[in-house]
Amino acid sequence: MAHGSRQNPAAPDAQPEQDAGTTVELVRLRGVSKSYSRGKQRVEVLHHIDLDIPEGDFVALMGPSGSGKTTLLNLIAGLDSPTHGSVSIAGQRIDHLSSGALARWRATHVGFVFQFYNLLPMLSAQKNVELPLLLTRLSAAQRRRHANIALQLVGLAGRASHRPGELSGGQQQRVAIARALVSDPMLLVCDEPTGDLDRQSAEEVLRLLQRLNREYGKTLILVTHDPKAAEHALRTRHLDKGTLVEQG
Amino acid sequence: MFVKYLPLLWAGLMRRKTRTVLTLLSVVAAFTLFGMLDAVRIAFNAPNSVAGINRLIVTSRFSIIQPLPFAYTSRIQAITGVRNLAYAIWFGGVYQDRKNFFPNMAVSVHEYLTIHPELVLPAAQQQAFRHTRTGAIVGKTLVERFGWKIGDKIPLEATIFPKKDGGNIWTFDLVGIFHADRPELQGIERQMLFHYDYVDEGRMQDQGTVGWYIVQVDDPADSDRVALAIDRLFANSAHETKTQSEKDFQRSFVKQIGNIGLIVSIIMGAVFFTLVLLTGNTMMQAIRERIPELAVLKTIGFPNRIVLLLVLSEAIVIMLCGGLGGLMLAHTLLPVMATATSGQLNLPLTLSTWLLGVALMILIGLLIGLPPALRTLRLNVVDALRG
Ligand SMILES: Nc1ncnc2c1ncn2[C@@H]1O[C@H](COP(=O)(O)OP(=O)(O)OP(=O)(O)O)[C@@H](O)[C@H]1O
Ligand SMILES: [Mg+2]
Repeated sequence: MAHGSRQNPAAPDAQPEQDAGTTVELVRLRGVSKSYSRGKQRVEVLHHIDLDIPEGDFVALMGPSGSGKTTLLNLIAGLDSPTHGSVSIAGQRIDHLSSGALARWRATHVGFVFQFYNLLPMLSAQKNVELPLLLTRLSAAQRRRHANIALQLVGLAGRASHRPGELSGGQQQRVAIARALVSDPMLLVCDEPTGDLDRQSAEEVLRLLQRLNREYGKTLILVTHDPKAAEHALRTRHLDKGTLVEQG
Repeated sequence: MFVKYLPLLWAGLMRRKTRTVLTLLSVVAAFTLFGMLDAVRIAFNAPNSVAGINRLIVTSRFSIIQPLPFAYTSRIQAITGVRNLAYAIWFGGVYQDRKNFFPNMAVSVHEYLTIHPELVLPAAQQQAFRHTRTGAIVGKTLVERFGWKIGDKIPLEATIFPKKDGGNIWTFDLVGIFHADRPELQGIERQMLFHYDYVDEGRMQDQGTVGWYIVQVDDPADSDRVALAIDRLFANSAHETKTQSEKDFQRSFVKQIGNIGLIVSIIMGAVFFTLVLLTGNTMMQAIRERIPELAVLKTIGFPNRIVLLLVLSEAIVIMLCGGLGGLMLAHTLLPVMATATSGQLNLPLTLSTWLLGVALMILIGLLIGLPPALRTLRLNVVDALRG
């Protein structure tokens, strides 16, 4: 794992290693379409999307249900491949990678935060946070240290040994954020991370994301339905029926 | 290398403790049964085929319970290649109760001891046996079973040979205790042997006949020729013979009981078939429930092969834990069974049963782990996350 030894987010340094040449874009989509075939029917969910997100940006992605937000996020995060067009992250094309290569790429480049936290219920918070590090060459002691630093960063150092079931929704989501951070990826993708939280917990999570962007220079993409949540981002892009709405 | 994934494996197993425990118990039960039945199968199916023992058994061609004339002795001895000749009859005596079954035979003592060197007893006891008409020697296991000691008078009730005087009880003097010279032959330590002459003279019928002859040949490589010569000698006589190696003889003896190996295999087949269906279904269900978690692992970047390995090892771990537990239980139950049956079913769990068992555990583990494992391979992360 080339990035296994990258610095921990606790030490702010998130320069991408690849030299992106003159472009400063971290995410660069050109002419991206995505179709799903349902039986014989083909449905195009995303139409010819061009999107640039510079490094260190914090973009909120809004749009009605079914407009393709999750689909777009998955393409950027290397979970899915586009039907047409190119997806480059930090200067590297990922749209043609095999699923195995994509898995390796995700392990080192992207952190994921989901609406329903998706923690493993039988593992302690710390073990959950350690999960991505299992794929690195770090020793058990190093993994534990990195996980603890990440938990500290999200304000849950005292809960390391708790299982998800013993934590509130907001706390679980912060554990999930720690897990997304622990391998020090350049990009964090969050799909409605506050969708299942009460106002106050949501606010805490959003502040945390904001801090990760401001203090640690992480590039964030936040899918949300909630305009208040979107206000925490630096910019907001709107998606409608598979097309990015031009900004006014 | 794989060690760091153990917490994940553990988490999978502990997710539903009750279900895991129930599955484990069914595996334990199946392999306890397997261990005990396989011990039976081995005991019956592989009569002591021990190197260095090369004897021929001559019986009546038609049935091993049909006697042969004593007069064959000199004629067999005259065949070239025959070094020593002993004879025996199956006495079938009962000690106190029919349930106390053990093999007891009347033998031509001098020759029998000569050609059965695996029968070990102190020289003084051997002498006493040779010279006491009513003397008997008894294997160590049998002596321990009934708490006999040298000097005891042992009454056996006749089931085949009533006495001339109309009595039914034969009394023998215990003059020696023998043991086998190697562990594989421990089975003979349940036998009781006494004098042919004593029985033959005292019995009401069949006098002057023997149950079977035991031939020691000069050259083991020559056995086939000698066997053929014996059978040819008595061809077309009133008592035709069938001469075979001791090993084949024991095997045909056991065949009278039935094909135990086949019966055991059929029972085990049914048990394992049920086990595979049961645990296979449980595994499938367990993995189905964890699809979202497995999807998260794949999202984070866990390669397919690790996820596959996790699922497979979960199945194999259940099989190994339950299976080894079951064999261990069989290992403790078999001696209990031996005691309960007064040593009649003294079947040890052999290494071959352990090895076969472990192979079966891994095989069944793969069999039930593979379908859910392949399912996780096909798992589309994007769809799974969508829920
Ligand atoms: N695997 C698939 N097969 C067929 N259609 C799909 C598939 N995945 C998504 N779609 C369709 O693509 C469209 C966009 O879905 P997507 O989940 O990206 O929307 P979304 O903006 O994230 O919606 P929401 O706000 O409800 O999460 C929807 O109409 C959906 O039905
Ligand atoms: Mg969505």
